[in-house]
Amino acid sequence: MEFTAVYKMPDSLSKKPFTYCPGCHHGIVHRLVAEVIDELGIREKTIIVAPVGCSVFAYEFFNTDGTVAPHGRATAVATGMKRARPDLVVFTYQGDGDLAAIGTAETIHTANRGERVTTIFINNAIYGMTGGQMAPTTLLGMKTTTSPYGRSPEREGYPVHMCEILKELKGVAFLARTKVTTPKDVLTTKKYIKKAFLAQTKDIGYGLVEVLSTCPTNWGMPPIKAMQWLEQNMVVEYPLGVFVDKVGEEK
Amino acid sequence: MKKVMMKGVEAIGEAAIKAGCRNYFGYPITPQSELTEYMARRLPEVGGSFLQAESEVAAVNMLYGASSVGKRVMTSTSSPGFSLMQEGISYIACAQLPAVFVNVVRGGPGLGDIQPSQGDYFQATKGGGHGDYRLIVLSPSTVQEATELTLLAFDLADKYRNPVLIFADGLLGQMMEPVAFEEKEITYDNSHWALTGSKNRPPRQVTSFNIDPYGLEKMNIELQKKYRQVEANETRYEEFLIEDADILIVAHGTVGRIAKSVVRMAREEGLKIGLFRPITLYPYPYDALSKAAQEKSLVLTVEMSSGQMLEDVKLAVCGKTKIEFYGRMAGVVPTPEEIFTHLKTLIRGQ
Ligand SMILES: Cc1ncc(C[n+]2csc(CCOP(=O)(O)OP(=O)(O)O)c2C)c(N)n1
Ligand code: SF4
Ligand SMILES: [Mg+2]
Repeated sequence: MEFTAVYKMPDSLSKKPFTYCPGCHHGIVHRLVAEVIDELGIREKTIIVAPVGCSVFAYEFFNTDGTVAPHGRATAVATGMKRARPDLVVFTYQGDGDLAAIGTAETIHTANRGERVTTIFINNAIYGMTGGQMAPTTLLGMKTTTSPYGRSPEREGYPVHMCEILKELKGVAFLARTKVTTPKDVLTTKKYIKKAFLAQTKDIGYGLVEVLSTCPTNWGMPPIKAMQWLEQNMVVEYPLGVFVDKVGEEK
Repeated sequence: MKKVMMKGVEAIGEAAIKAGCRNYFGYPITPQSELTEYMARRLPEVGGSFLQAESEVAAVNMLYGASSVGKRVMTSTSSPGFSLMQEGISYIACAQLPAVFVNVVRGGPGLGDIQPSQGDYFQATKGGGHGDYRLIVLSPSTVQEATELTLLAFDLADKYRNPVLIFADGLLGQMMEPVAFEEKEITYDNSHWALTGSKNRPPRQVTSFNIDPYGLEKMNIELQKKYRQVEANETRYEEFLIEDADILIVAHGTVGRIAKSVVRMAREEGLKIGLFRPITLYPYPYDALSKAAQEKSLVLTVEMSSGQMLEDVKLAVCGKTKIEFYGRMAGVVPTPEEIFTHLKTLIRGQ
């Protein structure tokens, strides 16, 4: 009897067990990225640039060449790679502290230059790795270990909306914000990730997908509650959708 | 070899191109912007890629990226910019990536000024960034030597998979001198480590990260082994009229060149002075200097700093010979006359 595999681990994952907490969305997004790399047939020329953050090990989780950049500098490292080897496919995978605080300058200038680089941006409104400190994306009123009285706009300013900032930059070829809380969202997110890679492989410009993600551990909630909290609070602050699409529909 | 007149920093740029460097990333800063500009002009002519980064922080990380995919890379900056690069240099050193840096040192600390200085000696030779790593540091004293050391820098960077620094200053950088370029065959092999995409081989990683202290210690031990090799094989220095000398001047880079004039002035007056000029600041020529200083009545260290190399001179001489120091700081360049006058005062006091 012949069997056809209908569901398997993507070739682009290394089979190394993830180190993420139960209910963390990093793992779902990793899988989606790996599926896209498989489907585009680019695994053997793809390089991942991992950040410093909970996904610091991402370069070990993908079955591709990879490295880990200093905190915030992933897109600068990716820029160097692409300028030296334009034939490679390079993507960065970054958290909100990495991309929107310490690495803001690199993020904006990489996007503005339209580097042929793809970025997966995990916005969990918190510094996960260092134990739950305030992120630039932390919501107003949200309590973190460094905003113990709740984030107040007078003291800490407002949540940073990266997509709304980046959409003004002409080097950006694909830009979208999404979530992975329902199966439908998962499919939409995968479509966006594919387009963000196509923006690079079709030589159009910079591609970024922001994924609103849970951090049950540092939010202090069980996974299901964290999903609900994301739906009820993060989606309100950070509207979902496509901000820039120069890739167009696949034929 | 045909000689051409070139400005120091431009000669370094041309030497880098001759060494096969096709990727440059940098951020403008005086007194080295002409090197950045030279690369912007020249690299497209040879099929290379120039990129003005948004900061020195970005530049050093672009270097990390371009080096990790196997290309010869260079950046140049001056003191404040070099400070900003330190985190990235530490990563590059730990990840064992070849990369060439040029620091055209200027007066500091802080914003300082834009005049020649050697005040970044500690930063260059004793770390600068975090952790147990070493930078190979080359200190040229003429434009010709700067080109030769630039070619050498790329070879050493690849041979040891380590960052190499050309430690220059604004005087050398801005000075025009005739130079001849050595025609060299470029050979280096990074096929066993570069990130080139995992076609027909298992994926590989370039990393400075190991969460397990025992694993990270192993990486450190490997680095230290490499540094011992560098120390054994790559120490370079120049000795000038030292055999019959009674007094030894120790100076590097631009000051080494000025000190040579002092030696000549002194010899004209019948004073037996010699010069010991370290060319590699790391690895420092401790043994050679120790030998050179033997049976001299005095060692005079001259620097454009408050006496940073002086500490290495003391380590080399190890209390066996009296050591004096003369230094100017903040971008003030000592003249041969003032050094000679100081030397004569010391001799009278002996
Ligand atoms: C230069 C530097 N500063 C600070 C840190 C400490 N640090 C590590 S991860 C991190 C924040 C990570 O948060 P984020 O980027 O949101 O990723 P997450 O863990 O939430 O996925 C910080 C501040 C560091 N490693 N390097
Ligand atoms: S701390 Fe938060 S972001 Fe990090 S792995 Fe755990 S749940 Fe995920
Ligand atoms: Mg985060």
